[in-house]
Amino acid sequence: MSHEVIKHPGLNLGAAHGPQHDASEALMFGFWIFLMSDAILFGLVFASYVTLVNATAGGPEPHALYDIKSVFIETLLLLASSFTFGMASLALKYQHSTARLIGWLMVTLVLGVTFLDFELHDFVSMFAKDGVPSRSGFLSAFFDLVPLHGLHVAGGCIWLICLVGQIAKYGVDTQAKHGVMRLALFWHFLDIVWIAIYSVVYLAGLA
Amino acid sequence: MSFAEQFQHPLGRLSLESLPFWQMLNDPTRGNVINGVIGTAAALMVVIGTLVTIAMITKYRKWSVLWSQWLTSPDHKKIGIMYVVLALVMLIRALMEALLMRAQQAFGLEGGFLSPDHFAQLFSTHGTIMIFFVAMPFLTGIINYVMPLQIGARDVSFPVLNSISFWLTAAGAALVMISLCIGKFSTGGWFGYPPYTEASFSPGVGPDYWIWALTLASLASTFSGINFAVTIYKKRAPGMKLMVMPLFTWTALCTSIIMIFAMPPLTVAMAQLALDRYLGFHFFTNELGGNMMNFANLFWLFGHPEVYILVLPSFGVYSELISTFSGKSLFGYRSMVIATMAIVALSFAVWMHHFFTMGQSANINAVFGIASMLIGIPTGVKIYDWMWTIFRGRVRFTVPMIYSIGFIYLFVLGGITGILLASPTIDYQVHNTVFLVAHFHNVAIPGALFGLLAGYHFWFPKAFGFRLNERMGKVSAFCWIFGFMLAFFPLYALGLMGLPRRSVAYTEPSYVPLEIAAFLGAILLTVALVTLVVQLWVSIKQRDKNRVFAGDPWDGRSLEWSVSAPPPEYNFAVIPVVTGRDAFTLAKEGGKAYPLPESYTDIEMPKNSVMGPVLGAIGFALAFGLVWHILWMVILFFVAAVVTMIVYGFARDTTRIVPAQQVQQEHRRWLDAVAAATGISRADEYQSANQGLAEMTIHEVPA
Amino acid sequence: MGVTRHIIYRHVGPDGPLGFPNSPTTFSEAATSQECTMMTIGDPCGRMRRSKAATSGSSVCVSALMLAGCSGDTHLSFLDPQGPVASGQRWHFVESLAVLLVFVAIPVFVLTAWFLWRYRYGAKSSRYTPKWNYSALLEIASWAGPVVIVVLLGIIVWRATHALDPYKPLASDQPALRLQIIGYDWKWLFIYPDQGIASIGVLALPVGRPVAIQLTSATVMQSLHIPALGSQIYAMGGMVTQLHLQADRPGRSLGENNMYNGNGFHQQRFSAVAMTPERFSAWVDEVHLHGIALNDQSLKHISQRSTRAELIAALSQPGASDGNIYFKGATDALFSTVVKATKSGTPVAPASVRQEFANRAPLAARKPTESATDKVQ
Repeated sequence: MSHEVIKHPGLNLGAAHGPQHDASEALMFGFWIFLMSDAILFGLVFASYVTLVNATAGGPEPHALYDIKSVFIETLLLLASSFTFGMASLALKYQHSTARLIGWLMVTLVLGVTFLDFELHDFVSMFAKDGVPSRSGFLSAFFDLVPLHGLHVAGGCIWLICLVGQIAKYGVDTQAKHGVMRLALFWHFLDIVWIAIYSVVYLAGLA
Repeated sequence: MSFAEQFQHPLGRLSLESLPFWQMLNDPTRGNVINGVIGTAAALMVVIGTLVTIAMITKYRKWSVLWSQWLTSPDHKKIGIMYVVLALVMLIRALMEALLMRAQQAFGLEGGFLSPDHFAQLFSTHGTIMIFFVAMPFLTGIINYVMPLQIGARDVSFPVLNSISFWLTAAGAALVMISLCIGKFSTGGWFGYPPYTEASFSPGVGPDYWIWALTLASLASTFSGINFAVTIYKKRAPGMKLMVMPLFTWTALCTSIIMIFAMPPLTVAMAQLALDRYLGFHFFTNELGGNMMNFANLFWLFGHPEVYILVLPSFGVYSELISTFSGKSLFGYRSMVIATMAIVALSFAVWMHHFFTMGQSANINAVFGIASMLIGIPTGVKIYDWMWTIFRGRVRFTVPMIYSIGFIYLFVLGGITGILLASPTIDYQVHNTVFLVAHFHNVAIPGALFGLLAGYHFWFPKAFGFRLNERMGKVSAFCWIFGFMLAFFPLYALGLMGLPRRSVAYTEPSYVPLEIAAFLGAILLTVALVTLVVQLWVSIKQRDKNRVFAGDPWDGRSLEWSVSAPPPEYNFAVIPVVTGRDAFTLAKEGGKAYPLPESYTDIEMPKNSVMGPVLGAIGFALAFGLVWHILWMVILFFVAAVVTMIVYGFARDTTRIVPAQQVQQEHRRWLDAVAAATGISRADEYQSANQGLAEMTIHEVPA
Repeated sequence: MGVTRHIIYRHVGPDGPLGFPNSPTTFSEAATSQECTMMTIGDPCGRMRRSKAATSGSSVCVSALMLAGCSGDTHLSFLDPQGPVASGQRWHFVESLAVLLVFVAIPVFVLTAWFLWRYRYGAKSSRYTPKWNYSALLEIASWAGPVVIVVLLGIIVWRATHALDPYKPLASDQPALRLQIIGYDWKWLFIYPDQGIASIGVLALPVGRPVAIQLTSATVMQSLHIPALGSQIYAMGGMVTQLHLQADRPGRSLGENNMYNGNGFHQQRFSAVAMTPERFSAWVDEVHLHGIALNDQSLKHISQRSTRAELIAALSQPGASDGNIYFKGATDALFSTVVKATKSGTPVAPASVRQEFANRAPLAARKPTESATDKVQ
């Protein structure tokens, strides 16, 4: 409401952008609230996992299925992608060239897709060891939680491609800026969720 | 047919057997014919209703108006009205089902006329519809209409998202409606506990209809909650501090907060049940490590806060109109706000009381029982504060006020039976009996529905520019109140006499008189609904006598009354500056109620968007494909949904400008009308003299 | 409501546990009568006494005679309590309701009506203060009142919840009767593991002796409820819940399933019949003599989705003409086997049960043992 403070990280709106500033603030705030709702969604799926982790029903158990090496690589990939997205945000904030912004976004995309590729390989190797979701409550919960994160990442990748398309078409306009800023929040959020998955699912499962 | 085969078949599980009259034709026993006729009649009502509506719109050439003015409109007022219309249409169906169920039980000694399966579909759809497609759209509609006006905003923060929310809700409602015509609905009740709703025990399409209808509604409500909360936090007029907001806006905020936090558990429960049913997961099955208690926890983690989503907006409505119709400022505003917030917090801490009987320890049960009773404290405070608002006021017994008085009396009773149920010891006896049914109807009908109906009467003149017929309104209100009492008080007694809920038949002759009384109550409630429809009809006929263009028919206290009725699409020609609570009353007292602005500026408003109807249609088709295992449909519409959203991301230029000149013209026309109108005293509220301008003098009577 | 029931159904006479004081017919008469079923419906109870002496007679009539439905004298409600738990619940219900009515409902009802009248629009002389909206005193009272009431109720609730916890064994100088109950669609199987018998449709209880019940479900979730005796508790597949009840005097109480589980839900009712210890042991003996064997075949029929009447037809056995079914040869292992089978998704009546049947020990040789303790949560 107040128009005195016209600044928002990454957005280059000037003093003359009162209403636009209000609009973008509402947009970002709304996205934070959406992430909060999404965090609850993940929290509940985590809770399901924790209550079902011992319900292996005679099927394969975590240590027989998890490949910590692959998961560690996935973690590094995702952390790196968060860093590169951070570089993209900085490029946006300091109005570096569009090419630089797109460059960092593309690196992020490549890291994200590689992450998904590794994750899919994990799933395939689990399937080969009878680690299928219909085998037990534990595996059901696993294949609810980890692929849910994976689907979010896949969604983020599609969104990223669309943003690059929008920038290519319209340049770095207000809406593209909003898009990059929201996707950045989303991406870092997924990073945090992954850290939780890494700890609760993989480290605790192998401990 | 195996699962894979079903998905390979181009029509999935669809076949002629899915039609409601198929069983009747192939196996015409007496029971099958009765149930087939009822089912077919219901399906025909849906089909004919739809066809007649389409024919009427075509005949009067209203498609383009409907499309451009309503269906694609991002205007919160129009979306709000569409929500209420949806709620009322669904109310008609769900009330018919209630009537059928009451008739069945009235004749239910050793039989009745409905088959158990039909009866089970009735109670499942009745509950599902009443919660998700009557109460939720009704309150979302009223919040949509009123809240932005009350805070001095031109629209909600995300108008297109608002439209999408509405259309997703409508898609869910359409899915429940189509289940009347094709296939069967779930028989697992509105909370559909597994393992009963798992594929091994309910292999048909019923639970799938239920799952996807609820998923659509749940997504829609999450978006609505986000939208409302952001609007209230970010779009208030200058001076409208949080502690200055009208109480209805406060309750809208609290409801939104609950929606944001409580809808995800429902989404998760539905998704996990769907995974169980579709892909053979084991979340809630008996076997292989599944555990249905997780479902109970997830569902009620949503389900209990949901109760407060339903009831809080109505609390807000009561606060507004008890204050307005007592001609007095609301007593204990700060207490009211704190109490509402306390209810929000507590609503998340009591879910376990829905399954005291699941075998947890006495300590856990006692803690959750007492936590549930704690909600009685803020609720009690609210009741007392409403009473103190009436105290030393000047109460006008208008239609909304009659609902409010009925509410105070009946809700106290509902609260008392709620506290009884919150005691695990008593719950062990009356849980899952019709005592429980009586209790939650006792809070849902007087608590939520009366408030929404009162709000409908209160704000109708604002939305349409003319008042509703008072006499019919009073008849309707009394029918609702006494119909409720007659329909549900006997159920308390029946519950104490051991009648389980959801019984299609019973063998105790002593139940019969009470069941007949309850059936008469259901008839009276039906009369109440009919009266409401007739009232609307009569009021439209008499609309020219009852115009209130000046906009303030009830001597209103908050900002929505400070604009014309109906308001312009941009709500406020000039955004008002707020100086305190009861902003419009303050302005009227200060003689600044209808200021003439020095200048007008261009107003930027969102353009119409097809996103709502398109995503709603896609959501419906996707859900239908999932229900019937029609693989190509699922893939096609999933891709369509993703593509639609991508395309929308590329949309630019989504706003349009209302020129200052047009604003000035419209505003001046209204100010002229106000100047020409005569202010009336409250005694003439329901006379034609009421053109929407209130007499400014207040006659205080000292001790 | 409950009070009316109380008056109407107080027919328990001094002689019979189930109702009527005098028996016009002797057991042998009943046994030889062609209309035994009909007669037993009218008068099952007086004859119970004599059943112990009966050494012959068709099993049709014997079973029927024991527990046919005395319709019209069934205790429906906890407001008409037949045992200590239900009476505790009635007292708790009455005291809570009284507190709420006296301290909440009546003040609100009276004050609201008074305010509405006194401050109606037409009232000229009553005070009118349109701007008055705060009074510290009233605010404190508005908060303090509910707080005090809830604290008071909270104490009552805490005590009652612990005193009447269905998991808490009932204090008694007699050892509890062990009972295992399995919920099927749409009937309950009552297993008396220490007696080696089981029944469907009727739950016989000795008066004055606590009953320790374990419940599970072989299918979807159900809720066992005998209102006049005490609490209801859910029965869940693969899990075991517990319930403790006791009947104080002879009589028949309504028993039911409260959790919807399909088309036969409303027919999943039974009678809980409390009888003197002597009659109870006579009843046990009778079931041993005339019951059907609880074996693979009968279990297979029981586990079908069927009402009790359909099950009787499927079993095509005599002995069920009163609408109830009696089994001999029930074992302690059956219950835990069903729990495990449901949990693992294997069919009911698996090999282990078969094994158990094959090795069935004589009744006397069996001792009560610790059975399945897969306690919920």
